[in-house]
Amino acid sequence: MSFPHGSDLETTTRLSRHQGEADARTLDGWRARGGYEALRRSLDMSPAEITDVVKDSGLRGRGGAGFPTGLKWSFMPKDDGKPHYLCCNADESEPGAFKDREVIRWTPHLLIEGCLIASRAIGAEHAYIYVRGEFFEETQVLNAAVVEAYDNGLAGDGILGSSWSCDVTIHAGAGAYIAGEETGLMNSLMGNRAEPWAKPPFPAQAGAFGMPTTVNNVETLAAVPMILENGADWYRQWGSEQSPGTKLWSCSGHLARPGNYEFALGLPLSDIIFEACGGTPSGKPVKAVIPGGSSTAFLNGDELDCATTYEGLAEAGSALGTASPIVMDEDTDIVAAMRRIAQFYAHESCGQCVQCREGTSWVVRILQRIEAGEGRPSDIDTLYELCEQMTGRTICVLADSVVFPLQSSLDKFRADYEALMKPSLVAAG
Amino acid sequence: MSRRIHPAVVPAQPFQLTARETFDGPIFETEEGRHRLKAALSRYPTKQAALLPMLGFVQSVKGWIEPADMVEVAEALDLTPAYVHSIATFYTMYNKHPVGRHFVQVCTNISCHLNRAEEVLHRFLAETGTREGEVSEDGEFTVIEAECLGACGFATVVQVNDRYLEDVTPERVPEIVAKLRGARDGATAGGPEAGGGA
Ligand SMILES: Cc1cc2nc3c(=O)[nH]c(=O)nc-3n(C[C@H](O)[C@H](O)[C@H](O)COP(=O)(O)O)c2cc1C
Ligand code: SF4
Ligand code: FES
Repeated sequence: MSFPHGSDLETTTRLSRHQGEADARTLDGWRARGGYEALRRSLDMSPAEITDVVKDSGLRGRGGAGFPTGLKWSFMPKDDGKPHYLCCNADESEPGAFKDREVIRWTPHLLIEGCLIASRAIGAEHAYIYVRGEFFEETQVLNAAVVEAYDNGLAGDGILGSSWSCDVTIHAGAGAYIAGEETGLMNSLMGNRAEPWAKPPFPAQAGAFGMPTTVNNVETLAAVPMILENGADWYRQWGSEQSPGTKLWSCSGHLARPGNYEFALGLPLSDIIFEACGGTPSGKPVKAVIPGGSSTAFLNGDELDCATTYEGLAEAGSALGTASPIVMDEDTDIVAAMRRIAQFYAHESCGQCVQCREGTSWVVRILQRIEAGEGRPSDIDTLYELCEQMTGRTICVLADSVVFPLQSSLDKFRADYEALMKPSLVAAG
Repeated sequence: MSRRIHPAVVPAQPFQLTARETFDGPIFETEEGRHRLKAALSRYPTKQAALLPMLGFVQSVKGWIEPADMVEVAEALDLTPAYVHSIATFYTMYNKHPVGRHFVQVCTNISCHLNRAEEVLHRFLAETGTREGEVSEDGEFTVIEAECLGACGFATVVQVNDRYLEDVTPERVPEIVAKLRGARDGATAGGPEAGGGA
């Protein structure tokens, strides 16, 4: 399997256009591709001007929540005399998502440049890149690029001969999905358990080390240099009013050509699945798709005409999330798939909230029972009830993350659950 | 050429082992240990923030972290051993017990699950003659089930020490195990196969 894939569907490779070119990893190779020109330009701009360009571009956070990036930056206090921090979220652990890894391992300097420009916009003196611990090789590639940046006056003191200084440090995680949640990430950075905290305080008020902090995803930051170089209107030539620009799509599951692709936002989901990824390897019909990573709601095989924008997928009853469609063919055992997803969340719950800690493990136990043919008809009602109790009552949205796929699978594939119920118990009611 | 470690990158040295040294005595009294500690401390405004990097360093040297190491890390960072223990147990990548020379982690999460990951896992267990999590008698292998490794388009994904193997099918497992068995110093059977990697 090679990367990037060819595609029958028109790709718009802006952010990913140098992925697959080994020498783009080096500073010389990166500069030959116009690298660090946007950083140079940003040095002649005020932080407010940089923030305004990003605001006008309509760029939305690519970590899952889709919060407008320029707006997030504008929450950072100005002239408060405190140190500010940027945290780049490279924890990438949402099942289905594998896009940030490609950005890091092919174009590490793009990420560093994005971090530096963002740091300048928010007045950060230090950018921490929190990379999930399993990404060893990616970390090594990024390490080499950070060293090059320091050695060539692109990081540290007096960047590009200016009076502006900013440090860049890579911080390796150690295996915890919850460290991807922004407050969990900052706790982890500080040497604590990666437990999320209840907001307020918001990161922009008191984040890492108690100081104003902005947390942004890898892909979000990697989009910043091209926006600064080409302008907000250029970025808005793609996508919709509410979902401008291009987006990386991590496609996995039952696909003939799984992998990462970059598209202008707004194509029909079915085009991505069938034209770009070639549909299922067996040629069998698609039974279900989880479009935005494992914490988004299931779509049926006949609900795939929706537009791949934040609003389009929301209208379809799911979410864009991390833009990571997981495709399941006709033969898929939906209950087993849902059980596996639930196991993940039960394993990764940090345990602070009862509804999440107990709820996720109850869900797993009930699904296992149904899978084993020991289910009772009332189990479906119990699962719905658990969904209700786990929604909107916890410190972070991990508990909600299991509700989206679970509830939608019950709604859309109820027959699959019922088919597994123990016959004697069904008769008894 | 002298081995240079840039202060910017020291905190994030990969810490799952490829080559393992026997390491006796206080880790932070070795030259490497002192240097790592100092470098990590220079990157954060608090001492405590160097905790994950230092636990990672210990594991990179020894392959696992034992209670005595936690005491040492605690002393170096002015923390209590109980606190360090609570951190070491929270994060799954810290090995609290020794593992085999080839530490095999098979992702069985959703995208891999859809691509026969459970079969791959069982095949690894059968070929290495181990039960999940135990060290094989010859000390060569430990096989465990892992959560999503962030490479779902290349299912099934298997991590061996610090490398990813991609597109692993049950049929490929015997060959992979044989290759690992012959490999010296815990070297793995090659890096990512998607044309990427370091
Ligand atoms: C349980 C959980 C896990 C998360 N994991 C990640 C992750 O691995 N990577 C990421 O970028 N964002 C993750 N997020 C979202 C972050 O909390 C945060 O919204 C994001 O990093 C902000 O960056 P953005 O505005 O650029 O998207 C996660 C959120 C939750 C609730
Ligand atoms: S919802 Fe779950 S993961 Fe999030 S803080 Fe509560 S217990 Fe932890
Ligand atoms: S599901 Fe296996 S790597 Fe993500």
